Amino acid sequence: MAGEHPARDDLKKVARARLARGPKDWVGGVRTRYVATPSSTEEVAEVLRVAAQHDLAVVTRGAGTTLDWGAPPTRADLLLDTAAMAGVVDHAAGDLVVVVRAGTPVGELQDTVAAAGQRLALDVPDADATVGGTLAVSPSGPRRLLYGTARDLLIGVTFVRADGVVAKAGGRVVKNVAGYDFGKLLTGSFGTLGVITEATFRLHPLPAARRVVTVSCADATTAGRAALAVLGSQVAPTAVELDQAGDGRVQVAGLIEGVAAGVADRTRTVLDLLGRGAGDGDALPDGYGRLPFEAGGTGLKVTTALTGVGPVLAACNRLAGEHGVTITARGSAAGVLHAGLAADAEPEAVAAVVQALRAATAPLAGTVTVLTAPHAVRDLVDLWGPVPGLELMRRLKDEMDPDHRLSPGRFVGGI
Amino acid sequence: MTTGTITRLAEQLRAELGDDAVITDRTRLRTYECDGLAQYKVTPAVVVLPRTTAQVADVVRACIAAHVPYVARGSGTGLSGGALPHADGVLVVLSQMRAVVDVDPADQRAVVQPGVINLQVTRSAAADGYYYAPDPSSQQICSIGGNVAENSGGAHCLKYGFTTNHVTGLEVVVPDGSVVRLGGRAPDPPGYDLIGAFVGSEGTLGITTEVTVRLTRAPETVRTLLAAFPSTDEAGGAVSAIIGAGVVPAAIEMMDALAIEAAEAAVHCGYPDGAGAVLIVELDGPRAEVEAHFTEVERHCDEHGAFEIRIARDEAERALFWKGRKSAFAAVGRISPDYIVQDGVIPRTALPEVLRRIAALSDGSGVRVANVFHAGDGNLHPLVLFDDAVAGQTEEAEQVSASILDLCIEHGGSITGEHGVGIDKARYMPRMYTEDDLDTMQMLRCAFDPHGLANPGKVFPTPRLCGEVPGRHKGPHPLQQAGLAEVF
Repeated sequence: MAGEHPARDDLKKVARARLARGPKDWVGGVRTRYVATPSSTEEVAEVLRVAAQHDLAVVTRGAGTTLDWGAPPTRADLLLDTAAMAGVVDHAAGDLVVVVRAGTPVGELQDTVAAAGQRLALDVPDADATVGGTLAVSPSGPRRLLYGTARDLLIGVTFVRADGVVAKAGGRVVKNVAGYDFGKLLTGSFGTLGVITEATFRLHPLPAARRVVTVSCADATTAGRAALAVLGSQVAPTAVELDQAGDGRVQVAGLIEGVAAGVADRTRTVLDLLGRGAGDGDALPDGYGRLPFEAGGTGLKVTTALTGVGPVLAACNRLAGEHGVTITARGSAAGVLHAGLAADAEPEAVAAVVQALRAATAPLAGTVTVLTAPHAVRDLVDLWGPVPGLELMRRLKDEMDPDHRLSPGRFVGGI
Repeated sequence: MTTGTITRLAEQLRAELGDDAVITDRTRLRTYECDGLAQYKVTPAVVVLPRTTAQVADVVRACIAAHVPYVARGSGTGLSGGALPHADGVLVVLSQMRAVVDVDPADQRAVVQPGVINLQVTRSAAADGYYYAPDPSSQQICSIGGNVAENSGGAHCLKYGFTTNHVTGLEVVVPDGSVVRLGGRAPDPPGYDLIGAFVGSEGTLGITTEVTVRLTRAPETVRTLLAAFPSTDEAGGAVSAIIGAGVVPAAIEMMDALAIEAAEAAVHCGYPDGAGAVLIVELDGPRAEVEAHFTEVERHCDEHGAFEIRIARDEAERALFWKGRKSAFAAVGRISPDYIVQDGVIPRTALPEVLRRIAALSDGSGVRVANVFHAGDGNLHPLVLFDDAVAGQTEEAEQVSASILDLCIEHGGSITGEHGVGIDKARYMPRMYTEDDLDTMQMLRCAFDPHGLANPGKVFPTPRLCGEVPGRHKGPHPLQQAGLAEVF
């Protein structure tokens, strides 16, 4: 009813907006009051200006596939939904560049560019995830070994600041060193620095052929060594993944992509490197590239120097026994693993595992981030662990969003 | 700024760093008056040569206390005046910090100090079969610290990426004088990607004191061909066809007739006679992949009018192909008394159109332009030739050079692909970015360096007033009060 909700009424003047309809519109269990669905960068700017006038904290939502990652916001008055900002703006196939709006599902983007024999060389855990959400949380998958992560593929970005000012950085050429690389700052910032509305990516050609070589190793140490052997070879794999089962066995899978003759040749080399028991096929193994945790459970991201991949998996296996929990772990030989604990695992045990895993990864130069967890676990752990440079990060947040209006509290150190 | 301030600062620095690490002698200071862009010259007030991270931090803290600006310098090979000293400031030369701290092939990482030369990283890892991928043409002398500041690329970044894709850890003295270690041997440190923001920030966010870089496994095979075409049109067509076929070469370089003439005069590289353009195409990787793609590249060159294709039979011949290309900038000195090295980027598909427009600019003005470029990623290096001794030529050349940048912007490109903005292109930034874009970038600068003492006057045409909302500030700007405003 008009008059009762002046903020909603003002939002409706600038974009599609409504009252929040219950838990589906909440963020991390935090109740929101309004939902706005702007359809353009300009509308996002207007919405953020209205939010500032009414002192509304704003959380941005894409497809919501990782909305429970990070800490729950300390305030979330307005949910800014990017669903009405979807679609590929321009696919310059000859330049291997695509400009896409933030609300576009990554799967849709891939379908569009695949028609020209190209791909965005980025794995997302869920193809429904939007481009904007993917940039905001920067998940990564198997192909990071060869192509890096979202930060490495993003070449231009348009975003709206907390004060409603539209800014862009980068451009639509792959090579560009003019000005600060704000795209990298926004990537993985959990929506705390601005609302991304459009992104430009470099693309890669789709390979003509692929082959997957797998071997099942008795333990993590053996598997870690096998993965390092492939990394140290000259076969230039697209991905080398490790997947640890409950019994401690680890499957190592190398993904070889390229021209048919080359793939055949390189597959033979990898079979030799992986030794007895190795086999090859066209299909990706079960669970390949998927995060090893279910909704409601605890999901960890564990990083390490390359030589620490085996030891981290071994530590997961050991800690599972010590704390009476099941830990599923898989990830890239590039030094980024994910580990999952079930929703019904004892919160104290999960917290103890996180702590022990941090102690185990520190000498391996690694970190452990709790991406998502049940509330009872969140109460017991520091989601991010130690964050070097936190003071600089706080200063950046204060410059960009002095009122802490964007996704407050969701990021490191309460940013 | 009073002479007294500088004298006291120099005395303090001598006490902290030792006599031999502080230069105030006018003659010796002049050694550092410019970087690779020699048209800008400023003699610094003081030069310091720190040996440790702690000493760099001491210098920065002393500068903050005295409100004196400072500029970091590596080997001084930059081409945008990024390391141009400040007349009333301290030049922090990192060349004494040149230890290779650790080379770890198993982890595919090397840890080096900022003064280490780019090629030295590769040499340190070569015996184990690894190398450091970013390869700016100056790699025999440029420093890693400078590479980090400029986000340096190179001929092979088409396939392997730039410095930013190869740095996983940094130790930085930030402009509040503290030392911060970001990232390390593992990927993806938690929090904002400060490494991503720092690489390419041209010394405006602090001074790098240690760098952890990714080492890349040497490819099994490298194959290189040189193809000669009647003109850049045909060569450009071949480039488009190669990329369009899904081939990602390690490098595709193009030179036009004038650039070839210069290279021949300088290094006798023996490129085919009568070529209007040459392409150097290099493929690397697993043998069978390279062979398949190489055949394809040859075919595309052939179909697009190459009248001669040479394939390097050995490393010596490959080096000869590259010699002409890598010496091209300096070689132009053989055919012109003076020249401007331009650095702009366009979408690759705009190449033929932009080259025609550059030719028209050249014809219209009578200013000769030699073209050398990284054709695979649309990074142009037009060399604008002139004779400073002839009245008006310098201005005309600068006009043509600026018009080329406008062409890049008009085609959706960039005013710099790898040389940086520095002092030289700060004035062009408003042509590429809006005031709001630049204001936003400077929020990062304010977060790191609210006093604006780290390499002031570079990258941005006008400094943002940190800690104040634009339009709302009252009275003189704090920098003005501190006597620093004239530096901008």
